[in-house]
Amino acid sequence: MSEQATVEGPLPVVDWLKGAGSNDPYLEGHKCGACGAIYLGERDNCSSCGARGQMSPTRLSTKGKLYSFCIVHRSFPGIDVPYISAIVDLEGGGTLKGNLINVEPDPANVEFDMPVDVVFDDALGRKDKDGNSYISYFFQPAA
Amino acid sequence: MSDVYIMGVDMIKFGRFPEKTVPQLGATAALMALDDASLTIQDMQALYCGNLGQASSMVGQRILQEIGQTGIGVVNCANACATGATAFREAWMSIKAGVNDVVLAVGVEQMGKGLLGGAGGGTGISKEGLLGSGTMPAVFAEAGMEHSRKHGTTFEQFAKVSVKNHHHSTLNPKAMYQIETPLETVMNAEMISYPNTKLMCSVNVDGAAAAVLVSEKKAKELGMSRAVRVKASILASDPYTDRDLTMPDVNAVTRIAAKQAYEMAGIGPEDISLVELHDCFATAEILHYENLGLCADGDAGRMIDEGEVALGGRIPVNVSGGLLSKGHPLGATGIANIYEVSTHLRGEADKRQVEGAKFGMTHVIGLGSACGIHILEKVA
Repeated sequence: MSEQATVEGPLPVVDWLKGAGSNDPYLEGHKCGACGAIYLGERDNCSSCGARGQMSPTRLSTKGKLYSFCIVHRSFPGIDVPYISAIVDLEGGGTLKGNLINVEPDPANVEFDMPVDVVFDDALGRKDKDGNSYISYFFQPAA
Repeated sequence: MSDVYIMGVDMIKFGRFPEKTVPQLGATAALMALDDASLTIQDMQALYCGNLGQASSMVGQRILQEIGQTGIGVVNCANACATGATAFREAWMSIKAGVNDVVLAVGVEQMGKGLLGGAGGGTGISKEGLLGSGTMPAVFAEAGMEHSRKHGTTFEQFAKVSVKNHHHSTLNPKAMYQIETPLETVMNAEMISYPNTKLMCSVNVDGAAAAVLVSEKKAKELGMSRAVRVKASILASDPYTDRDLTMPDVNAVTRIAAKQAYEMAGIGPEDISLVELHDCFATAEILHYENLGLCADGDAGRMIDEGEVALGGRIPVNVSGGLLSKGHPLGATGIANIYEVSTHLRGEADKRQVEGAKFGMTHVIGLGSACGIHILEKVA
């Protein structure tokens, strides 16, 4: 096996986070040309209408509204709790799950339909076994 | 096509049996169901076995190696928490198809303790607690909060489900727990994923359940006095809905299955005497009152508040104690539910008997997603 050089700059937490090393990271969806369904990540066919080969990439919005959530108090070892796990509907389509940050994790502080921004930051200091750092997306209350 | 009847059905008491193997647990339940039918393994024409944890290791054959290697065909199946129901349905279908007259279905599981699920393994870094949570308590908490969003359902209402099901299990000697859990105890238990506390999460237990299914011809031969008729057997997968791939939609898949089940049975929700539904978390049970048509949309909170779903109420739900208190051995659950409903239809449920039970429904959800629904009818 050849020696692998450490990758420069952070890697994306999911392969549909684009521009991880740049100053303009964004999330990429794929949209069905036949029915308009929007998916996270690449795919060939549409599971909504069954159309084949009509997917095209689309840049997902960084504006959305909180659809649902829960507050996680018990997780696996090494994962900081409590935190808010949020489901967010993006403007223009696409639904994401992620951590809602900069809000105290108490149900009294979380409102359905509260506007949120998608923001990008280091993946809580997590590194893979090769020591690479990652960039992730988070939700925070809209500016 | 022949009607299909349950002639024998039983389950082991759910608990933790680390000294036993999965095939041993399955074999115990299989023998109990055969005894209940007054039949032997030599009478069986096929075995349909549901197990998740050892899905690739021929559990059905290993059960026969414990109780009798008769050379019959064995189907091993895995379908998340719908595994047991899927095995039962495959058995049912082989009789419907006219291929078999007498078959055995077994569901069995040995569980560890702790959280199930978790977001993203694979390459790179763990996504759990980074891209939200993929643990089962969190996923079903989010599904519950969607109900809160639509209908104002409260933490207290969700918690009442757990109070009810724990109470029911005090009447069920085969349940893992027989303990009362008052509302304050449920609400003040360790919070796992708001709004689900520890007492609002199903119990990981070992368990096994089995059923002997027969054709009408065979049922008449054997005698119908304790037979239970399978009026509907439905399996559905998750249809496309806008958020399903991010937030598993357990509602749409249940609604599809319920509609088909009522159609196949030729009855409506108003005819159902009792329901064993998939209360993997207290939040989930609330959703399914509406999904199964037991009440109008938005009425589930009132149902639990007014005790309509408790033993003695209009439509008792999970009188076995449910997954929350009887326990949830994943692959066994779908057949254990069928045991519970059959026991009521036979009038043999003792202290927890739902009086006058004529039709009963079982419902399971395997996340990912599979929904299995059976409607059973009292015969004699």
